Amino acid sequence: MDIKDRILKLQPEATFEEQGDLIAVVAPGKFRALMEALRNEGDKMDYLREIMGLDNGTELGAVYYLESTATYEQIAVKTMTPDRENPMLPSVCDLWKTAEIKEREVYDFFGIRFLNNPDMRRIFLREDWKGYPLRKDYDMNSNPLNMENEVNADEGDEFVIDSYGSVEDLKNKIFDRNDFVVNIGPQHPSTHGVLRLRTSLEGEMVKKIDPVCGYIHRGIEKMAESMTYPQTLAMTDRLDYLSANQNRHALCMCIEKACGIEIPERAKYIRTIIDELQRIDSHLLYYSCLVMDMGGLTPFFYGFRDREMVLDILEDTTGGRLIQNYYVIGGVQADLHPEFQTKVKAFIKHLRGIIHEYHEIFTGNVIARERLIKVGMLSREDAISLGTTGGTGRASGWHNDVRKHHPYGMYDQVDFKEIVYDGCDSFDRYMVRMDEIMESMNIIEQLIDRIPEGDYKVKTKPIIKLPAGTYSASVETSRGEFMAIIVSDGGKSPVRLHFRSTGLPLVHALDTVCRGNKIADLIAIGGTLDYVIPDIDR
Amino acid sequence: MKEPKIKSIPYSEFKDNEYLENMVAELNKDGVNVIVGKLDDLINWGRSNSLWSLTFGTSCCAIEFMALGAARYDMARFGFEVTRNSPRQADMIMVLGTITYKMAPVLKRLYDQMADPKYVIAIGGCTISGGPFKNSYHVVPGIDKIVPVDVYVPGCPPRPEAFYYGMMQLQRKIKLERFFGGVNRKEKEEDIQDESED
Ligand code: SF4
Repeated sequence: MDIKDRILKLQPEATFEEQGDLIAVVAPGKFRALMEALRNEGDKMDYLREIMGLDNGTELGAVYYLESTATYEQIAVKTMTPDRENPMLPSVCDLWKTAEIKEREVYDFFGIRFLNNPDMRRIFLREDWKGYPLRKDYDMNSNPLNMENEVNADEGDEFVIDSYGSVEDLKNKIFDRNDFVVNIGPQHPSTHGVLRLRTSLEGEMVKKIDPVCGYIHRGIEKMAESMTYPQTLAMTDRLDYLSANQNRHALCMCIEKACGIEIPERAKYIRTIIDELQRIDSHLLYYSCLVMDMGGLTPFFYGFRDREMVLDILEDTTGGRLIQNYYVIGGVQADLHPEFQTKVKAFIKHLRGIIHEYHEIFTGNVIARERLIKVGMLSREDAISLGTTGGTGRASGWHNDVRKHHPYGMYDQVDFKEIVYDGCDSFDRYMVRMDEIMESMNIIEQLIDRIPEGDYKVKTKPIIKLPAGTYSASVETSRGEFMAIIVSDGGKSPVRLHFRSTGLPLVHALDTVCRGNKIADLIAIGGTLDYVIPDIDR
Repeated sequence: MKEPKIKSIPYSEFKDNEYLENMVAELNKDGVNVIVGKLDDLINWGRSNSLWSLTFGTSCCAIEFMALGAARYDMARFGFEVTRNSPRQADMIMVLGTITYKMAPVLKRLYDQMADPKYVIAIGGCTISGGPFKNSYHVVPGIDKIVPVDVYVPGCPPRPEAFYYGMMQLQRKIKLERFFGGVNRKEKEEDIQDESED
C-alpha cells in the first residue's frame, strides 16, 4: 500500500507537504495516535531516524523521520503548535527509546515540552541558560559568558496532564541521595572528546549513566541560518572530523537534490572513492584509540602508521590533512592528483599485506578477548529502538547500511558486502570495523581503474537559492547514518539546517549497554561504540 | 651576565618575534647575577626540554595532536611526549579545539589547578579567535579572554610542523626566563592585576 494511503487511512485529516520530502502534517491532538499506529501496525516503522525541531516564525513543532527496518520504507510526520508561550507536544519515547534524548534536544533549542517524557532537562546548554537559541526570536546577546561553575540538578522534570486537565511537573530523581556517583569527564583522555558521564555505581558495577553533553556545542545549526548554502558546507567537516568528507557528501547531495543539479559521473566516482578512503582512515583511528583505551600502545602506532598513508593520498588531492573542504555543490573542488590512482593502489596492496599484524597483536590477544567478548551487550531490538546506526547497529544484527539500502554515489554499481554480526557484544562491534576496512578496499579497487574522464564539477552560481520546501539526504558515514535536512523558504540561506548526529544515539545507548557491567569496562565499551563528540553537540 | 642568548636553537631559524626581543632587551638592561644566571640557564635547559602537557583536546585539532604522538612526527624528539591527565602534574596546557561557554569555566579551573610556572599554548583558529565559529552564541571568541596565552599557533587545524614551531617558540621563551624570582614573581603580579580587574 502506498504510504500516503496508509496514513490517510489511519488519520483522514492528515495533509501532505510534497515539496522535497514527503511529509505528513497532523495536528498535535491527532499526532500521538498516528505515531502509535505507524509504530505498531502493518509494516512497522520501528526506527525513528531523527526528530527535527522547527520554528517557522509563528508556530513551533517537530518533524519526525521514520523508517521500517523490514522494508526500508521512509516517511516523515510533522506536527506544529501555535502556542509559543507554553508549547507542549506528546512524547513518543515509549515507542522509540531514542526519542528520550532527541526530545530533550528539541526542548533545549526550542523550549517545546514533551508530555510524559521522564527527563525534560536541558542537554547541551547550561541548566541556567536563558531562552531557547534556535527560536527565531532568540536574542543573541541574552547569554553572556558565565564563568561560574555549573551546578547540575539531580532531578529531571516530567510534565504530565493530571486528571483535571492541568499540567503537572513530576520531579523524577536521576540519582538518589544514597547513590555513589562518579563523575567522568569532561576533561578525560578516554571519553574521546569532551563528554561527561555522571555514573552511579553499585560496588564495581555501573548502575546508571547520565551523559552530560554540550561541552563542545558550537551552535552550528543556528549559524547556518545566516549563511549562504556554499558557506554552510564548511561547517560539516568540523562536525565529525573523521567523517569529514562523508558529512559533506550528505549536505552537497541534499542541496543538489533540492535545486536539481546533476553532478558529472567523474565527480560521483571521486566522491565514492574518497568516502571509502575516509572510512579506512576513521576505522584505523578507531582501532588505535580502542586499543590505547585498553592499555596497549604498540597497536596505536600501527594504526597511525597506515593512517598517515591515507592522509598523504588525501592531502595530494585536497590540500588538507584533516579538514579538507573538498566537495562542493555540483562536484568536487579540484581534479584528482595525477598520482592518485597509483598511490591508492599501492596503499591497498600495502594494507592488505600488513593487516594481519593488527589481528595478531590484538584480535587474538587473550586480554582483549576477555574484555570484549560477551561484554557490553546491545540486543537488536534495543539497537533499533535506540537508533544506534552504523557499525554498532550492524554488530547487533541490524541491517542498516545506507549504502546498501538507499544507495547514493556509485554504491549501486559496486559489489560489496554489508558487514553484519549478531554477537551483540563489544568484540563484534570491533570486528565489524575491521571487516569494513577490507570491504572499503574492495569497493575502491572496483572503482579506481574505471574513473571516467570528463568534468569534475558543474558550474554553479556563487549564491544558490533553493526552492521552498524540506529536503533531506543521508549517507553512511564511518559511524552511522548521517542526515542533512534543509528547510528552505526559497531564499539564499536556509530557514533551518539540521544534521542527524550519528553519535547522539550511541552516547544515549551507553546507559543501556553499560548497566551491570564493570566500571573498568565502561571505557572499553565506549571505545567500541565509536562516537565523536563534536558531532553530537554540533 | 650581560647579553643572555638563546641556546640550542639557531636564531635565524625563527621569524622575528617582537615579544621575545623585548624580553631580551629588558633582561639586558637589568643585567643578571652571574651565578644565578648560570643556574637559570641550567634549570631552563632542563625545563624547556621536558615540557609535560595537560591533554586538553576538545575537537578536531586534538586528532592532529594524536598524529604528533605517533611514529611519523614523533614528538618525543623534542621532549614533550609526556602528556598528563592531571593538571597538578603538568607544566603547560595545550588547548586544542573550540572552547565553548559551557567548557570555559572548566578550562579556567584546570588552569588554576596547575602549579607555577605554567604556560598556555592556543592551537588552532578556534582557540585564537573562535575560528569558523566566531559568530556563534556559544563559542568563546579566543581563549585569551579566559587565561593568559603564551604561544598562538594558527591553522585549522595547524599542520604538525606548525605545532612544532609553536612548541619551539615556547621552549625559546622558557630558555630566556629568569627562574629564580622572575617567573614566579611574574605570575603573582598577574594575579594581583586579575584581582584588581575583577
Ligand atoms: S581550529 Fe579548525 S580544526 Fe581546530 S578545532 Fe577549530 S575548527 Fe577544528
